[in-house]
Amino acid sequence: MTTEVGPETEVKKESEQLGADAAKEKHEEATESQENQKSEKTLSEEAQSSPSSPALDTQSSPSSQKKEKDPSEGKGISRFIPPWLKKQKSYTLVEPKDEAKKKPVEERQAVEERESQLPEDMAQPKGNLEEATIESQQEAKADDKEEEKHSVSSADTQPAKEDKEVEVEKVADEQEEKEKVEEKRETKEVQTAEIKIEKAPQKAPKKIKTVPCKVMLLDGTEYSCDLEKRAKGQVLFDKVCEQLNLLEKDYFGLLIRDNSDQKNWLDSSKEIKRQIRSLPWLFTFNVKFYPPDPSQLTEDITRYFLCLQLRQDIASGRLPCSFVTHALLGSYTLQAELGDYDSEEHSNHYISEFQFAPNQTKEMEDKVVELHKTHRGLTPAQADSHFLENAKRLSMYGVDLHHAKDSEGVDIMLGVCANGLLIYKDRLRINRFAWPKILKISYKRSNFYIKVRPAELEQFESTIGFKLPNHRAAKRLWKVCVEHHTFYRLVSPEQPPKAKFLTLGSKFRYSGRTQAQTRQASNLIDRPAPYFERTSSKRVSRSLDGAPVGITDQSLLRDFSATTVGPAGEMVFDGEAVGQTKLKNGEGRDKDGSPTKIPQLELTQDEKNSSLRVNGENIYVRHSNLMLEDLDKTQDDLLKHQASISELKRNFMESTPEPRPNEWEKRRITPLSLQTQGSSDETLNVVEEKKQAEVGIEETVVIDEINRGKMQAVTDAEETCKVEHASKKDSSSLSSDSSSNSSSSDSEDEVVGEYQPHHRAAEDIIKEEQEENEDAKRKEECATKVIQSMETVQEGSMVTVEHMQVTAKALAQENAVAIKAAEKNVMEERKQDLRAEDEEEQLRINGDVSHVDIDVVPQIICCSEPPVVKTEMVTISDATQRTEISTKEVPIVQTETKTITYESPQFDGSAGGDAGVLLSAQTITSESVSTTTTTHITKTVKGGVSETRIEKRIVITGDADIDHDQALAQAIKEAKEQHPDMSVTRVVVHKETELAEEGEE
Amino acid sequence: MAGLSSGCGSGRGGSSLGRCSHAVVRALPESLAQHALRIEKGKEVDFARAEREHQLYVGVLKNKLGLQVLELPADESLPDCVFVEDVAVVCEETALITRPGAPSRRKEVDAMKRALESLNLNIVEMTDENATLDGGDVLFTGREFFVGLSKRTNQRGAEILADTFKDYAVSTVPVYDSLHLKSFCSMAGPNLIAIGSTEAAQKALKTMQQMSDHRYDKLTVPDDAAANCIYLNIPGKGHVLLHRAPEEYPESAKVFEKLKDHMLIPIANTEMEKVDGALTCCSVLINKTSEL
Repeated sequence: MTTEVGPETEVKKESEQLGADAAKEKHEEATESQENQKSEKTLSEEAQSSPSSPALDTQSSPSSQKKEKDPSEGKGISRFIPPWLKKQKSYTLVEPKDEAKKKPVEERQAVEERESQLPEDMAQPKGNLEEATIESQQEAKADDKEEEKHSVSSADTQPAKEDKEVEVEKVADEQEEKEKVEEKRETKEVQTAEIKIEKAPQKAPKKIKTVPCKVMLLDGTEYSCDLEKRAKGQVLFDKVCEQLNLLEKDYFGLLIRDNSDQKNWLDSSKEIKRQIRSLPWLFTFNVKFYPPDPSQLTEDITRYFLCLQLRQDIASGRLPCSFVTHALLGSYTLQAELGDYDSEEHSNHYISEFQFAPNQTKEMEDKVVELHKTHRGLTPAQADSHFLENAKRLSMYGVDLHHAKDSEGVDIMLGVCANGLLIYKDRLRINRFAWPKILKISYKRSNFYIKVRPAELEQFESTIGFKLPNHRAAKRLWKVCVEHHTFYRLVSPEQPPKAKFLTLGSKFRYSGRTQAQTRQASNLIDRPAPYFERTSSKRVSRSLDGAPVGITDQSLLRDFSATTVGPAGEMVFDGEAVGQTKLKNGEGRDKDGSPTKIPQLELTQDEKNSSLRVNGENIYVRHSNLMLEDLDKTQDDLLKHQASISELKRNFMESTPEPRPNEWEKRRITPLSLQTQGSSDETLNVVEEKKQAEVGIEETVVIDEINRGKMQAVTDAEETCKVEHASKKDSSSLSSDSSSNSSSSDSEDEVVGEYQPHHRAAEDIIKEEQEENEDAKRKEECATKVIQSMETVQEGSMVTVEHMQVTAKALAQENAVAIKAAEKNVMEERKQDLRAEDEEEQLRINGDVSHVDIDVVPQIICCSEPPVVKTEMVTISDATQRTEISTKEVPIVQTETKTITYESPQFDGSAGGDAGVLLSAQTITSESVSTTTTTHITKTVKGGVSETRIEKRIVITGDADIDHDQALAQAIKEAKEQHPDMSVTRVVVHKETELAEEGEE
Repeated sequence: MAGLSSGCGSGRGGSSLGRCSHAVVRALPESLAQHALRIEKGKEVDFARAEREHQLYVGVLKNKLGLQVLELPADESLPDCVFVEDVAVVCEETALITRPGAPSRRKEVDAMKRALESLNLNIVEMTDENATLDGGDVLFTGREFFVGLSKRTNQRGAEILADTFKDYAVSTVPVYDSLHLKSFCSMAGPNLIAIGSTEAAQKALKTMQQMSDHRYDKLTVPDDAAANCIYLNIPGKGHVLLHRAPEEYPESAKVFEKLKDHMLIPIANTEMEKVDGALTCCSVLINKTSEL
C-alpha cells in the first residue's frame, strides 16, 4: 500500500533538518506534545493536514511522506506510533518547516527542503531529542499524564540515543513497538492520521521501507495494510486481530502463503521479512490451536471465527467427516448464516451456494436442508455452538498432520494435537504418544525423534525416529510439537508463565500464551458482546483450502531456522558451564529464606534436570526432556557468533565483560553429567563431540520507578557502568548469593544476575518429567512457580523491567509476601488442574512436576530418569512393531547471555540508602501475547518519606530475530503508562540468545 | 436420519453407546455342526442345544428387551452364517458390509446387505479384493473404533472401515492368539471395557489404552470368552448386559454380578462357543432413532 522508501540521501537530509530545527522544536514539542496528548486523533489529523508534520520526516524516510499524502494508506503504520512519539519527533524536526511552509506548502516541497538540509549530522537531532525529552519530562511533572508520556518516551529513547546511529535504530524500533501498543488502543479512524507520524519516528538514518501486506481472513475477505519492513510478526497479527475485533486471539495465527501445502506459521516474535524472504507478504489468518472445548471460549465472536476455520477444514477435506456429519454441520452453518429456514425465501438452490463438503452431492444438500428445518429458533451463536460441539468430536479435529516415514521407510503421518503425537498409517492410527509419555522431542537434519518414557516393566526409555521429507519439515514438525505441547500441556493453570517457558525451544520458543493463560485472560474480558457481521459460508471457496496438510513441498518450505541475532548478547555459555554456575547459585540461594530463593530454586532444579543450557536454553533442556532442538554448531562457532552480536551492549553498556575463567571448559563437562535424565551417557559424549550449541538471547529490562516523580531517564555510558554494579548488588541481594554475579563473571559478558527467567523454565520442565513426585512440597513449588511465572522468556529476547531500588531487606520481605500470595493462588489453581487431569491418564505430570523443590531436586532427577541410560536405541514404531536404529545425535543448546543495565543517577544514591520500613508488598503478574510481566510493588518508608517501588520483570520471548530495542522500548513505555506518576530509575536488559543453526538451511 | 446419532451436540460419544432399536440375527444352519470353521477341533456341537440357546438369545432381544429383530433364514451352504456380526459393522446410520477374512463366508454378506437396506441405512460395501474384515475384530467404544488385525482382518480392511466412519478415530490392535479382537473383550458399559485375563488380552488392552485419547475403565474377568458380552442401553430399562451364564463361567459371572447398575441377563452359549462363537457374534445391533 504505502509508497516505497526514498533514497538514503533524503533521509539524511531530513535528519539534518531535524538537527537544525531541534532547538526550536523542543520548545514547541513540549507545548505541542501536550496538545497532542490531549487528542491523539487531532494531532494525527494535524500532522496529516499540515505538511509540517515533517517531524516524522526527521527520522522517517521519504516513504513516510508519501504515506502522509495518502491518509488512507496511513492506517497500517500510523496506528503503531504512539501519539506522544509522533508529537515529539515530528514537532522537533518538522515544526520549523511547518511554520514556514505550513499547510499550503506541499509535502514534496517539505521533503525537498529536508533534503537540502541534509548536511547536518544525525547526532544533533538526537541530542535535541534527548533534551526535548528531558524538558518535556520536567514539564510533565507539573503537568498531567500527557507530560508523563513524554517523560516515558524520553526515558525510553534516551538510553538508545546515547550512542550513535545504531542507537538511533534502536530508538526507531522502540517507537515501533510503542506504536504497536498504541495501535491497539487507538481506533482505526485515528490510525490513518497517525500513520504519518509513525513513519517519521521510525525512520532513522537507515531507510525504512514499508511493505504492502495482505492477509486472507477466515471469511474469505482480504485485509491489506502496509507494514514497516522490519516489523515483527506480532505487529501484523495484532493488526489483524484488531481488524477482526478479536480478543481471544491466542488460538489463532498467521500462515505464510506460499505455493506449498505446508503450514508455515509466521513467528510473531521475529521480523516478518526474515521469515518470508523473497515471497510477497501474503498471509492467511488461521486457527493455530484448536480449542478442545470451544464452549469454554468466552466470546461468540471467537467461536464464530473457529467455525469459519472449521468450515474451511471440512470443505477442503482436511477435517474428514461422515456424510451425516457433513449434513449436520452444514445445517448448523445454514442456521447461523441464514437464520430459520424459510420455505419462501430459501429456494431449493439457496443451499448450493454453500460448500459443506469436499464432494457435495444433491443428496447431501437435501439432507442439509432437511436438518436446517429442525433448527428453527436457534440464534446464530447457538448454531455455532452446536456446530462446534459436533465438530470437536471429530477424530481429526485439531490434528496437524505431517508426512513422514518410519524406520522402514513406510509412509506414515504424524499428527500433532492437544494431547500428544499421533501416528497414522493411511487413515489408521497405529500409535499414539501422549505428551506425558514423551520425554524429549528433537530433530536432526530431516530426522525427527521422540524419546519416550519407559513403559511398565521396561527399564529404559526408547527413542523413536521418523524420517521427514527434509530438514525444514523436521524442524517445522518440531516447532509445532513444541508449540502444541506448550500451549495445551504446559499451560497448566497453576503456572501459566512457566508453561510458556517450557515451550521455549533452544532456538524456537512458543511466545504466545498457553491455553490456560489465555483462558484466564479471556475471563477478564469485559465488554459487551461485539457485533460482527457474518459472512455467508459460500465465500469460503474450495480454492482457499489447500490440499490436505500432509503434502509436503520441500522446495517451497520456508526455513524458519532462526538466524542468530544477538544484538546485545556477546556472552556465550556452554550449556554445561551454565549448569554448573546454576548449581552454585542454587546452593547459595538455598540458604537464604528470602524470596530470592526462587531463582535459586530454579537453578537447583536446572541442575537436577541436568539441563545444559543457561537461561533460556536451560528451559529448553528441561523441556529437552520434552523437546530438544539439535544444533550442529561448535562452540567456536558460537563464540564467533557472540562476537558479532550485542549491539545493546556496545551502545549502552560500556561495561567490560570479565574474562572467562579457565574453568569454563571444566564446567562444561560437569553439567553434562548432570543431565542424566534427558540423555544417556552416550548422548553426553556425543554432545561434546559435536559441540552443538544453541544460543539464546535474553533481555532483561529493569525499570525502577520512584514515586517521588523525579525524572531521571538519561543514562550515560558511565552511569551505566555504575548501574551495572548496582544491579549486581541488587542481584546479589535478591539471591543473597553472589552466585548470580559469579555466573555473570564467568560469562564473558557481564550478566547482571538475572537468571530467574531461566530458572523458571527449568522448573516447568522438571514438572513434566517427574510425574511421580506429586505430593512433594506443593506450596513451596507453587510460590516458586508464581514468581517464576513472572518472567516469560521469549526465545529471542527477554525484556525484564524491574524496580530494584528497594534495599535487599525490603526486597526480601516483599518477595516473601509475594510468595505467600502466590502460593495461595497456585494452590487454588492446582485443585482445578487436578480435577481436569483426572480425565487423562498421565496428566499429572504437569502438575506433579511442580513438586520440584529445592530440597527435592536430587530426588527428582532420580525419579524422572533412571540412572542407567540406554541411548542408542532408536525405535520407529507403531504400537506393534519396533525397529531399532542407532542414534547418536543429541542436540545441545548453547546460549548467549548478556545483561545491560540502565540506571538513572539518582537511583544509585537511593539504592545505597536505608532499607526503610516495608509497609506493604504485592506481586502482580500479567501477560500479553508475547510478554509476561511480573510486578512487585513495595511500599516502604524511608526517613519519613514513603516510597513505592515497583519492580517489573518482563520477559519477552521470541525467535532469534526479536528486536530487542523494540521490546525494551515497549516495556518501558508500558511501565510508564501504568505508573505515570513514577519515574524509571533503572533498566536492566538481559539478553539470552540462541545461536542459529547453521545446519538448518 | 438424524445427524450424529441424536442430532444436536451431545448426541455422540459414550453416552449413546448401546442404544439400540433393531437387531439382525440369522438362524443357524445344520451344517454348522460339521462344517463351521473352528480354530481347533474340539467337542462336537450339539446342534439341537445350539438352536435352543440361539432361540433363547433371540428371545431376549426380541421379547425381553423389545427390539425389532430381523431374523434371516439360514443358508446351509454357509455354515457360519449365524455369526452375522462378522459381515456388517453398523454405526449410527451407516452400515459397512464387510469382506470376511474366510473365503467361505464371503457370501454371507448378501442377505445381510438386503436386510440393512431394508432399514434404510447408508450401505457401504467393502469391494477391495485386498481387504478383509470381520466384524468380530471391530470394537466400537462409543468414541472410537479399535480394529484387531488378525487372521481374518487386515490393514486394508481397517482402512476401509476408517474411511467409512470418518468421524471416529480408528486404531489398529494386533491380535495374535485369538480368532478376533472381541474374542476376549467387549464393551460392558459406556466407557467400560470388559477384558479377559490372559496375557494376550491384557496386552491388547494396554495397546488400546495407549492409542486412545480417552480413558476407559476396565472390567477384568477371569475368562477371555466371558469378556465378550453385550451391552445395551434400552429406554426404560437402562443399562442392560447380556453375559455368559454362571454355569459356564462362574468366576466371570461373579464379576459381572458386581455391576450394580446393570440389568444382568445371563445367556448360555456353550455350543456356539465350540465353533468360536461368542455372544456378540450372533447379532448386529442397530439404532434407528427416527425415520426422517
